[in-house]
Amino acid sequence: MQAYPASVPLPSSDKRWKVVEGTMRRYGHKASSLIEVLHTVQESFGYLDDVSLRFVASSLRLPVSKVYGVATFYHYFSLKPPGEHTCVVCLGTGCYVKGAGNLMKAIEEVAKVSAGETTPDGKVSVVAARCIGACSLAPAVILDGEVIPKAQPWAVKDQIRRWMNHDAG
Amino acid sequence: MTLDELREIAESEREEQKKISRRLNVCVAAGCLSQRSDQVLKALQTEVQQRGLEGSCKVKGVGCMGLCAAGPLLKSEPQHTYYRALSPDHPEILGAIIDNLDGAPVPEFAISPDMPFFAAQQKIVLENCGEIDPERIEDYIAADGYEALLTCIADRSREDIIQEIIRSGLRGRGGGGYPTGLKWSMVAKAPGEQKYVICNADEGDPGAFMDRSVLESDPHRVLEGMAIAAYAVGASKGYIYCRAEYPLAVKRLKIAIRQAEKLGLLGKRIGESDFGFEIEIRLGAGAFVCGEETALIASVEGKRGVPRPRPPFPAYSGLNHCATLLNNVETFANVAPILRKGGAWYASIGTEKSKGTKVFALVGEVNNTGLIEVAMGIKLRDLVYKLGGGIPGNRKFKAVQTGGPSGGCIPEKFLDMNVDYESLMAAGSIMGSGGMIVMDETACMVDVAKFFMDFTRDESCGKCIPCRIGTTQLHGLLERISEGQGRMEDLDTLERLGVMVKRTALCGLGQTAPNPVSSTIRYFRDEYVQHITNKTCAQGRCACSRTSASTAEKRGEPTDARAKSIPG
Repeated sequence: MQAYPASVPLPSSDKRWKVVEGTMRRYGHKASSLIEVLHTVQESFGYLDDVSLRFVASSLRLPVSKVYGVATFYHYFSLKPPGEHTCVVCLGTGCYVKGAGNLMKAIEEVAKVSAGETTPDGKVSVVAARCIGACSLAPAVILDGEVIPKAQPWAVKDQIRRWMNHDAG
Repeated sequence: MTLDELREIAESEREEQKKISRRLNVCVAAGCLSQRSDQVLKALQTEVQQRGLEGSCKVKGVGCMGLCAAGPLLKSEPQHTYYRALSPDHPEILGAIIDNLDGAPVPEFAISPDMPFFAAQQKIVLENCGEIDPERIEDYIAADGYEALLTCIADRSREDIIQEIIRSGLRGRGGGGYPTGLKWSMVAKAPGEQKYVICNADEGDPGAFMDRSVLESDPHRVLEGMAIAAYAVGASKGYIYCRAEYPLAVKRLKIAIRQAEKLGLLGKRIGESDFGFEIEIRLGAGAFVCGEETALIASVEGKRGVPRPRPPFPAYSGLNHCATLLNNVETFANVAPILRKGGAWYASIGTEKSKGTKVFALVGEVNNTGLIEVAMGIKLRDLVYKLGGGIPGNRKFKAVQTGGPSGGCIPEKFLDMNVDYESLMAAGSIMGSGGMIVMDETACMVDVAKFFMDFTRDESCGKCIPCRIGTTQLHGLLERISEGQGRMEDLDTLERLGVMVKRTALCGLGQTAPNPVSSTIRYFRDEYVQHITNKTCAQGRCACSRTSASTAEKRGEPTDARAKSIPG
């Protein structure tokens, strides 16, 4: 077995790459750590872009196609940059029964984008989630990381309007 | 650490706890946290401090108490009373609770523990939830934690442990219901030096959150169960494959692993024996198919979560082609109590073929949404009406959906059925991981079927054609019916295609994907016929109906007209 690593140079001087490199080192640059490493990249940069996928591929000695395959297979990974604010709508069964469909429609109307998209000004991303496990407090949405239980369409819409109208958010 | 040292810790911790009889346990699991229970906890702690009561009243954060609908929840001792719907914005109520610790409970917010939701439960898996601080290993040890593990290592042979699990009759709680003891003995007998234990915490089933609650409320219990399993089958390395969507569960697991390692309850030379066992966490990344064991193993290996044909079963060739034991969170959570109290004790609970208890997530159109643990064989009616407290607005019951996208809808005529693996199967559904979604008369079963087919169509990994194409076709047919464009022969096509997908798909996801469709056609055929012949949806849920606003109003959901009058 060939000794490793003749370490792959970091894509830039951005400190976040060191965090990614740290995760890879912790797992000994093993191919099996790919998903963990992609989690770190997404946590640090918000999404996975070409540069990061190529960097991870060469660091873990994997074909780029394989890294791309994994990144696109799992819903949790995003290849597009997120908006300034994120509204995650849970579409699990519990939330569906409690009217998450209407909630999503209301949100799409006010944000004028479909689930999975970001408003053209980059302010708000609307994301659909499969189930966030808050079923007993359905319908649930996550506004910028904060879980809102028993969400009311008007309240969520108001928040999104505020995000869209305020520069500082 | 030896067994004696463990008992010493347990004893001194119990002594400490006995000193303070007044206790306020605040739920800090995800459900109540989203309703600011952390601030309630802080406010109570400050209040107790300001009054100088630290020595006589202990305020602590604990795990899930189950009745999430009424959160944030608090349990006060020695009154043995629950308080509901607390808020940091109302310090006067929190103050009154402290004032009345020795007297009668504050009536407006008190819930009696005799309420059927609490009284009808039988807790084994959840016995510590709401009692111990999930971030303190000493709390778990004081509740007999790790006693079973160290006793097993010190006194019991591997074969003996497996026999105890077989005697208990415990079956896999992830959905399949495979006898746990049998699985353990297969892995124990499998050849090879390196073996693995994996805990499936990828609770992908929408509408189910029991694993999340257990991990957030009592993480050590799962670690102990895994370590006992590892000892019994001869594994030295374990993984917990946990959903990335559960950050709090991951955080508490990490804390628990670190604490257990520090005390020598995980890691090398556990209990000062030659047995060593290390646990690592692997994050899932949002793929429902990864609940299937071979797909989960592929994901732990860092690959796309695509299933492969079995045999070979993971018990012989799993992770890195080594023998691998894979069990669900709830299964592992049952292990320590079984070894502490004996397999015969466990087998005395439940029905003939379904032993023990089961944790259910009671959600949807039911008053007491939350988490419950009941003996197997309980009547479905009791679950919905006694524990669940019935349906809001006195609307009529229509169906219970169990088993998630792999399960089916159980209609009213089965309300007096016993809930166990066999009965649910006979009624065209499955136990699954334990999600129970109650639906009332406002639910449209065609829309429900479409909802689940949309899910499986999207989650199909694409490897085998029956699942990839079949689920898309099934969804297309349902869409056509829901838009009022359906034909009567579509019903036959749905049924025939369903059988074909079931028989030919590669893995459990595809094989069970048609269940929501076949069970709704079986029990609610008239609703399908109505969509096809009248081209309307009586419940106003489908695209063909023109009365969608009326349903929203009937259900008390704010429509846009009402919303405008409510200030933001």
